[in-house]
Amino acid sequence: MTAYLKIDHVDKVFIRGSRETEVLKNVTMSVARGEFVSIIGHSGCGKTTLLNIVAGLTPVTTGAVLLENQEVNEPGPDRAVVFQNHSLLPWLTAYDNVRLAVDKVFSGKRSRAERHQWTMHNLELVQMAHAKDKRPTEISGGMKQRVGLARALAMEPKVLLLDEPFGALDALTRAHLQDSVMAIHTKLGNTVMMITHDVDEAVLLSDRIVMMTNGPAAYIGEVLDVPLARPRRRLELSSNATYLRCRQRVLEFLYERHSFVEAA
Amino acid sequence: MAMPALTAEAETAAATTPAAEVLVFKPRTPGFIQARLIPMLGDAAAKVIPPLVMLTLLLVVWELLCNKPGATLPPPTKIWTEAYDLIVDPFFVAGPQDIGLGWRVLTSLQRVAIGYGLAGFIGILIGTIIGQSVWAMRGLDPIFQVLRTISPLAWLPISLAAFRDSQPSAIFVIFITAVWPIIINTAVGIRNIPQDYRNVAAVLRLNHLEFFWKIMIPSAAPYIFTGLRIGIGLSWLAIVAAEMLTGGVGIGFFIWDAWNSSRIPDIVVALAYIGMVGFVLDRIVAAVGNVVTRGTTAT
Ligand SMILES: Nc1ncnc2c1ncn2[C@@H]1O[C@H](COP(=O)(O)OP(=O)(O)OP(=O)(O)O)[C@@H](O)[C@H]1O
Ligand SMILES: [Mg+2]
Repeated sequence: MTAYLKIDHVDKVFIRGSRETEVLKNVTMSVARGEFVSIIGHSGCGKTTLLNIVAGLTPVTTGAVLLENQEVNEPGPDRAVVFQNHSLLPWLTAYDNVRLAVDKVFSGKRSRAERHQWTMHNLELVQMAHAKDKRPTEISGGMKQRVGLARALAMEPKVLLLDEPFGALDALTRAHLQDSVMAIHTKLGNTVMMITHDVDEAVLLSDRIVMMTNGPAAYIGEVLDVPLARPRRRLELSSNATYLRCRQRVLEFLYERHSFVEAA
Repeated sequence: MAMPALTAEAETAAATTPAAEVLVFKPRTPGFIQARLIPMLGDAAAKVIPPLVMLTLLLVVWELLCNKPGATLPPPTKIWTEAYDLIVDPFFVAGPQDIGLGWRVLTSLQRVAIGYGLAGFIGILIGTIIGQSVWAMRGLDPIFQVLRTISPLAWLPISLAAFRDSQPSAIFVIFITAVWPIIINTAVGIRNIPQDYRNVAAVLRLNHLEFFWKIMIPSAAPYIFTGLRIGIGLSWLAIVAAEMLTGGVGIGFFIWDAWNSSRIPDIVVALAYIGMVGFVLDRIVAAVGNVVTRGTTAT
């Protein structure tokens, strides 16, 4: 496996005044091109911190993040993020939120008409073209995440970073969006790093699952390959032996070996 | 200073007032008059009638209180007869100093426009700069909080001493009265830009100018307009103080002049003008704010 994205011996210590919090300790992992990797762990273990480090939004304390063997240490559209809470700009319509990204990333490279086409194309990809003129306040949580996904996809990122994209949604909407993400991944072959704390979601979507231990000083406890053929269908999988075995492994890791202890 | 209840009140006002007029001229369905117009007129009546009733009551009480011999203030009937020309025609011109109050209000509005315009521009600018720095905010906020309580009258002598000329001094008084809430609110708005929006800007690699126009201003707009709305009220409050200096034809100077020649009824009429113009100014800024910030407040 060739490392497309490489997280190399990353430590992260937050320093606030005289207090130091060691959040990540010696995290090393890599993601191949076109691979879908999930990171799972209990709340507060440092998943968002890790994702933000890859995105360049948080600086590492030691270690490095390499994308195509180039060190990256500042944010950029080559690592587009779908944020935990959608982060759409409320004063812009769905279209304008995506268009802002398209205009910024492709200014000077594509004509106005092409940028419009591309914006619409991405909204169609997430089935949001019909609501393009709605503002974030006027659409549901699931729709907001779809627009956020369209915005990220529209940047044509090398790596797509998803921070619990479906965390705040009800089960039905969540299933819908998972199917959309799977379909898009199959179609476009993006390299994806997704954070989740939902075991079924991780197994359903991922090629590999990276399991993080509890903080403070969380590290990667185990990496699990999910050798399930694509396309995957959730109904068929529920009785699939490989699926159940993978699911079991993750559950064991999370609830037996590293069960969640409420930090004082 | 977070966003006060001003916004909610303004929203209802803006939502109801124009709708009534627009729809009256465009009946679209046959049942329109029964279905929409009558309830709408009812709504309008419910808004207009109570204030009118109260106003009449107040006028009656005032009349009763001031209509006896020895009363120090004139009753409404006396004001009506003595200041009749001022009340009925705002735009008469009978001589260089004998003109309708409408003209005087316009002159004053011009002055306020300059002072308030400056306050808006400089206030937003300074607020934006201060809002970016925690330390500037911590250091300057208490100072501004003290300065903003100083009355327009108290700024007069300082202003005269600094400018040595009445016209710029008057504008300065308006400016200095209105600028503080604009600075403070803008700075708070900038401080409160959610980290999420900053992250989005960072991922998109927006440059400083793009960040300013596409994230900062829209995100802080509700706060800025709260400041602007307080500011317009204050700058209109400052007009009387400012025009004590300038003389001429402003509404503020008119009051000063009327007092010096003991024309109390004229003063009362001028007060009514000032109140109504202030009310309209406030509503205009609120309405502009509502249009500009629609969608911005909620998440
Ligand atoms: N800016 C910061 N300064 C100090 N500590 C921080 C900062 N950001 C995060 N932390 C700490 O780092 C730890 C990990 O936070 P993080 O947000 O990465 O967790 P998470 O795994 O994403 O949790 P969740 O599943 O709830 O989103 C937490 O204990 C948090 O308190
Ligand atoms: Mg998180």
